[in-house]
Amino acid sequence: MSSTSTIYDFSTLTGSIDASLHSWMAPGLALTAELVLVGLVFLTFYALLGLFLVYLERKVCAVIQNRYGPNRVGPMGLFQTIADLIKLLMKELIPIRRADHFLFNLAPFIVIIASFMAIAATPFARGLQAVDLNIGVFYVMAVSSLGVVGILLAGWASNSKYSLIGAMRSGAQIVSYELSVGLSLLAVVVLSGTMQLSGIVESQANGWWIFKGHIPVIISFIIFLIASTAEINRGPFDLAEAESELTAGFHTEYSGIKFAFFFLAEYINMFIVSAIGATVFLGGWMPLHIGNLEAFNHVMDFIPSMVWFFLKTFFLIYVIMWFKWTFPRLRIDQLLTLEWKYLMPISLVNIVVIAFIALMGWHF
Amino acid sequence: MSEEIIKNIIVKENEDYIINMGPQHPSTHGVLRLEVCLQGETVKYIVPHVGYIHRGIEKMCEANTYPQIIHLTDRMDYLSAHMNNEAVCLCVENAMQVEVPERVKYVRTILAELNRLASHQLWWSAFGMDLGALTTFFYGLRDRELILDIFEESFGSRLLHSFNTPGGLMHDIHPNFQKRTKDFIAYFREKLPEYDQLLTGNIIFQQRTKGIGLLSREKAIAYGVTGPSGRGSGFSCDLRKHAPYSAYDKVQFNEIVYTEGDTFARYNVRMDEMRESLNIIEQLIDNIPSDGHTAKMKPIIKLPAGEFFQRVETARGELAVYIVSDGNKTPYRIKFRSPNFSNLFVMNELAAGGKIADLIAISGSLDLVIPDIDR
Repeated sequence: MSSTSTIYDFSTLTGSIDASLHSWMAPGLALTAELVLVGLVFLTFYALLGLFLVYLERKVCAVIQNRYGPNRVGPMGLFQTIADLIKLLMKELIPIRRADHFLFNLAPFIVIIASFMAIAATPFARGLQAVDLNIGVFYVMAVSSLGVVGILLAGWASNSKYSLIGAMRSGAQIVSYELSVGLSLLAVVVLSGTMQLSGIVESQANGWWIFKGHIPVIISFIIFLIASTAEINRGPFDLAEAESELTAGFHTEYSGIKFAFFFLAEYINMFIVSAIGATVFLGGWMPLHIGNLEAFNHVMDFIPSMVWFFLKTFFLIYVIMWFKWTFPRLRIDQLLTLEWKYLMPISLVNIVVIAFIALMGWHF
Repeated sequence: MSEEIIKNIIVKENEDYIINMGPQHPSTHGVLRLEVCLQGETVKYIVPHVGYIHRGIEKMCEANTYPQIIHLTDRMDYLSAHMNNEAVCLCVENAMQVEVPERVKYVRTILAELNRLASHQLWWSAFGMDLGALTTFFYGLRDRELILDIFEESFGSRLLHSFNTPGGLMHDIHPNFQKRTKDFIAYFREKLPEYDQLLTGNIIFQQRTKGIGLLSREKAIAYGVTGPSGRGSGFSCDLRKHAPYSAYDKVQFNEIVYTEGDTFARYNVRMDEMRESLNIIEQLIDNIPSDGHTAKMKPIIKLPAGEFFQRVETARGELAVYIVSDGNKTPYRIKFRSPNFSNLFVMNELAAGGKIADLIAISGSLDLVIPDIDR
């Protein structure tokens, strides 16, 4: 580690805030204050990120489709999504007759809480991570799969046949693809020997796992990309919504801010899987280092770690958006065939190969 | 025999899980209502309900003169507006035994092929969107726009042009017409491979369409499925080849027939037809004769008493016009045999037993235009 990169270390900032709070508060009170602060920061970040991702998707799909995208509200259309959010906030919440109102109202919150919890463990930059659990990968996997409960409830409680079909599809899909996501992440866990996300990032200081781990890690990266796209219900795996078949799938009956919650959660989930992919396979906030090119490595160190993290994450987000706007949608049986007959067996074989590589110490 | 082929008997049960696709549904492209019975994801049967956009066009025709009828035919299959006009015009001209100038024949053929191209482009756009590839819509409409601009310049309207009139054309084509059409052909020959790159070669697309919605040649004939949908099943039914009208006997072109009978075959027929349409226009565009844009007609057009029949190939299949005249200036009875009506009712045969997503792919590949079904 070079000394230059420590100037961007966020732990000095967070440490000083921590110390100043403790200097005039009781320890319990200081902890509460810190929790509230972190919560507020995350809420703001969450809302802004959601709005920006919606804007980004509109621009990316516009580029792919020979269009301009939003360019009227604000500079380069930046305020378009804010205007849309205000519109959604003011819209009527249509009550559905004979729906299960309690579950119907609960569902969007479960979905949004699941994605909100997953974002907590993401290491954004050096020393900038809300909770650094020693089972970080496991935690993110567990929490992000809670969202499916919300989707199933939304479909069930809506008292609509389209919603129910969409929810059932989504249930089958997310539960299946969870396995491949887990197995592909396990590849790097085996190699780095830790489930702690900060530990995984540290283990990539001399090279990202996608470069260090030979072909098997590249295979798990590709499987991770496919499976995580499916897990967040994005095209070409957006069967749960499939607007040409099921109008809007599980959120057909939702309106106003409740619909906005589903919408926002989808985009945040996209950010989360991209962040996890970037952290685990592409070195997280670690700069790009090439072997013994000292000068090059030194220049790379000067780029702040946060920039590295967001560059990699948004690269993966772009790839996922690219999938959606160029591929047709799969059919439900093809979707399950892809998982259970191809991705899952390949992942299993791959993990054995990686375990062997790790045992023999063949990786760099 | 026909009972054996057509097993269209549907047994409804009380426990059936029925969802209504339509009259307002993104994939039905109009106000068609499909009553779909599901077993899980599998489609058990489909009952199409038509009539949501019935305007009584055939009855309205009985109160209108022949030049007025032309404007009503636009509103049937609005994507083949020119061919619909042409069908009535040809029928009236044959009945009155009027020989239209060569120029009219050439221009009508070129316009029909341009219209077919525009229609197939829109179909391609919407078909991709039905399958979830949203980007196709913008590529297809980008190119269709140029054709509509040519139409707009010559006829003043883009979709429902009513440019034909018994005995010829309303007025002559715009001086720019030939140049712009040639420009468009050069442009579209470059852009058509993009369609293949974006959709045809895609592995997901091929899996979604190959072997889906199998329609045998016998069933296509039994249901009267014509047009590209019928030719995808090996049913050679291109009227431009089998009963040439206008200038189709003066051009060299191939009838596109695929024998697989699945959704992918119907897709390929339309893709190849776009190339053939370009060829046809190319052969005619430089040789348009200049012998006037209309034949000499009486001020009031009256058909002799009798029955008259004319069929043309629209972008969706065989459109037949059957006029019963009692010698007046309005028809006694007029009947349109619209291609979409027959094509729709084969859908239960194709989609039963498949998945919901297959149903969408099949209805997309049949290329239905709902106002043409209801009339």
